Amino acid sequence: MYYREAGDFKTSYRKDQQNFPIRFDRVHFWTMMVLAFAVIPFFINDYWANAVFVPFLIYAIATLGLNILTGYCGQVSLGSAGFMAVGAYASYKLMTSFPDLNFFVIVVLSGAITALVGTAFGLPSLRIKGFYLAVATLAAQFFLVWLFNKVPWFYNNSASGQISVPRRDMFGIAITGPEASAATKYLVCLAIVFVLGFIARNLTRGRIGRSWMAIRDMDFAAEIIGVDPLRAKLSAFAISSFFIGIAGSLFFTIYLGAVEVGEAFGIERSFLILFMVIIGGLGSIYGSFAGAAFLVLMPVLLKNALVGGLGWPSDVAAHLEFMIMGALIIFFLIVEPHGLARLWAVTKQKLRLWPFPY
Amino acid sequence: MTSTVTPDGRTIGDVLLEVKNITLRFGGVEAIKNISFDVREGEIRAIIGPNGAGKSSMLNVINGFYHPQEGEIFFHGRKRNAMKPSQIARQGIARTFQNIALFKGMNTLDNIMTGCFTHMKTSLLEQAIWWGRAEREEYVYREKVEHIIDFLEIQAIRKTPVGALPYGLQKRVELARALAAEPKLLLLDEPMAGMNVEEKEDMCRFILDVNAEFGTTTVLIEHDMGVVMDISDRVVVLDYGRKIGDGVPDEVRSNQEVIDAYLGVAHD
Amino acid sequence: MSADFLYAIEVLLNGLMAGVMYSLVALGFVLIFKASGVFNYAQGVMALFAALTLVGIMNGEVPFSHLINAMFGTQVHDFGWHVPALAAIGLTAVVMVFFAILVEKLILKHLIGQEPIILFMATIGLAYFMEGFGDMMWGADIKPLDVGLPKGGSIWIEENTAWLGGEGQRFFGFFIDKLDMSATLVAAILVIALTLFSQYTATGRALRAVADDHQAALSVGISLRAIWVITWSIAGFVALVAGIMWGSKSGVQFSLAFIALKALPVLMLGGFTSIPGAIVGGLIIGMGEKLFEFLAGPLIGGATENWFAYVLALIFLVFRPQGLFGERIIERV
Repeated sequence: MYYREAGDFKTSYRKDQQNFPIRFDRVHFWTMMVLAFAVIPFFINDYWANAVFVPFLIYAIATLGLNILTGYCGQVSLGSAGFMAVGAYASYKLMTSFPDLNFFVIVVLSGAITALVGTAFGLPSLRIKGFYLAVATLAAQFFLVWLFNKVPWFYNNSASGQISVPRRDMFGIAITGPEASAATKYLVCLAIVFVLGFIARNLTRGRIGRSWMAIRDMDFAAEIIGVDPLRAKLSAFAISSFFIGIAGSLFFTIYLGAVEVGEAFGIERSFLILFMVIIGGLGSIYGSFAGAAFLVLMPVLLKNALVGGLGWPSDVAAHLEFMIMGALIIFFLIVEPHGLARLWAVTKQKLRLWPFPY
Repeated sequence: MTSTVTPDGRTIGDVLLEVKNITLRFGGVEAIKNISFDVREGEIRAIIGPNGAGKSSMLNVINGFYHPQEGEIFFHGRKRNAMKPSQIARQGIARTFQNIALFKGMNTLDNIMTGCFTHMKTSLLEQAIWWGRAEREEYVYREKVEHIIDFLEIQAIRKTPVGALPYGLQKRVELARALAAEPKLLLLDEPMAGMNVEEKEDMCRFILDVNAEFGTTTVLIEHDMGVVMDISDRVVVLDYGRKIGDGVPDEVRSNQEVIDAYLGVAHD
Repeated sequence: MSADFLYAIEVLLNGLMAGVMYSLVALGFVLIFKASGVFNYAQGVMALFAALTLVGIMNGEVPFSHLINAMFGTQVHDFGWHVPALAAIGLTAVVMVFFAILVEKLILKHLIGQEPIILFMATIGLAYFMEGFGDMMWGADIKPLDVGLPKGGSIWIEENTAWLGGEGQRFFGFFIDKLDMSATLVAAILVIALTLFSQYTATGRALRAVADDHQAALSVGISLRAIWVITWSIAGFVALVAGIMWGSKSGVQFSLAFIALKALPVLMLGGFTSIPGAIVGGLIIGMGEKLFEFLAGPLIGGATENWFAYVLALIFLVFRPQGLFGERIIERV
């Protein structure tokens, strides 16, 4: 009797195609949003913000971005971290060149610049498919990281080769830099995630989203329906890079504050985001959040349990973390290749009938 | 040319599509040799022939997957330049495939909605905000699609993932997707292959109904002679890439060359 | 001849040797991809794991000593014996076969019929697991590996090529590492052996049949699972050879796992399904990246090896999407 759609009839196409067609889901979603926006900010402290909430929100953006490209349009990319680096360095250059620019404008512009770079690296996707493309995106990953490392203009000739974020205020409150409070960081990220999540959902349910999925499922059939593969693939690359660029921008300005490109945006980061997409569920908005949450929380829990709980040396714990991470990925792929999102859908299906299974 | 009226009351108009002296080669192999025929507005035109006769290649030439080495194609009386399949789709040519080519990751409704792609106009930005035009447009086309769903009697599988559907229904969904594009010319590549008798009858009914209701010009490839002779207005016969017959079903049936191609010929 | 030109040739020769290493890893990729359609990202980590195991066995280390010490507060490190190189290599090969069986039983068996991208992801998971497992088992510190291969520059070649520079030039002959030369020799033997194996034995024929069409192979009574164990064992053995070569050169360490990343552009260049492609691709990339670094590196900041191979492969692929030797994929509508 807890999860029911009986009696929830739709009388218009608008109602049939709304985000949460079932009332129960709708109520839960908005309750969670109220909690996230109005309750958590009062209780959040530095540890929770830095270890859990802020990275979760930022990874959620990156995962949404990659999911649009890989899950919806079927183009596998291993260059996400490289594009995050573009977002981060774009923010840095914009912030230092135009000190008066509003922070949110900078974030959006960084996303736009990344979208341009992403589109350029997406061009080969017209000729190259599948694994060949996946490996080709590694070219973006390695080339971009090398570029930001070797060309001093990008880091304003700083001696350390690092970039660090200057302080920016809004309404007299520090948003970036060391003075920013945990609650502000969290709220800034949350607001951006909320807007981007909404956009991702809209894009994937309409004309454009269907053209991406058509290309993913059967590219020649998509063509005879009138979908231009060039436009569909490049728009997916652009939107995906826009999201990932914003994630990179926030990763630098809000989360880390100071960045050394090889360390922060290495190939492991690309893989991590891909794992989030796979574990969450390819082609699912909800899955992007679930995957990001899962892979952000898991290492924190493991570390607390092994180092904090059992008192193991941290290097042994790190090795075990690798093993568990790898084993979990394999386990998930074997049990449910469609990720947490499908698992949740199956659970809901069962809940509808519970406690009477027939 | 003036329009004529068929015995069952349909109007057949001017020439809609004309292919002239088409030759298509793959390396040294000539798949299609110097073939010409026309398709008139509102008619059901069948292409028949034994396996490997070049029927599917002909459809692929018409909708732009293959570019013939020689020959011209006129659509609406205008000569058509080499184009990408997506551009040709925008001119109003839709098709189905011999091996079903549905989008496996989507449900029936989304598959058919994808068919409306060329007609939907809202920009990326409007789509992102989903307010006003984008949303309204979605519901306008949803209504059109629902009409097609009713027409083809697939209401019950609206939200079913297409991969889970039986073969006959998948064929029907593919037809629905092609219809959603509101095509001027509909190409059907073996719409009844692998179906049992009931399914074939259903499919025939739909093809005839579509033609009668929307006046859609249809070109179809089919192996079942009974079906072809019953539903088509005119028939083109291909054999080894050559055209060996063209005309109304009765003419074709009595054509000696066609009989030879189908029944084989005694060499002495 | 001018010294600059001769140095460029020396760079090319050294690139050729580095290319052999890439080819070795790429070979493992191709073998598994052909036989099971799995794009095995873990190939590099397999090389690391094999090398770690080899060193561990040779030095008589106690497996999982860190873990045991952490859990029980003990201080165990090694058994105090040394195993001769050849015996240790044999033992490691056995370990790799055992590993192949485990991979088949625990992972591949459950993923039959999944999409290639899912299988690829699974091997990334496997790579993570093995990386943690290898470090957990043998420790994560850099270890020297010496199985008795000759080392250092070849004086004979240096002395006998010094005359090329001529009078007054600052050129003292080509510097070529003996280790690189033996690696080339071993790689050549390995490729010949593999080719003979796949052409002239029944198992080899079965391998090729599986590579061509899984279902058709099943229908004539070839056991897919047995074939998979065999290919993964062979790939494990190739990984061991690659691990020995790289390990002897620069020590057994984590960075060994990254040679997998270097092998990827080699595959793109050579085609995923071609053994000669893997070899030629490896050589081209090895020479290309060294030469590019030598010529253009100083102008644009150096360390171009990080990306050169990828960009080269990318540009190449735009013009020939199936790679140098890959089979042309004909799309039928």
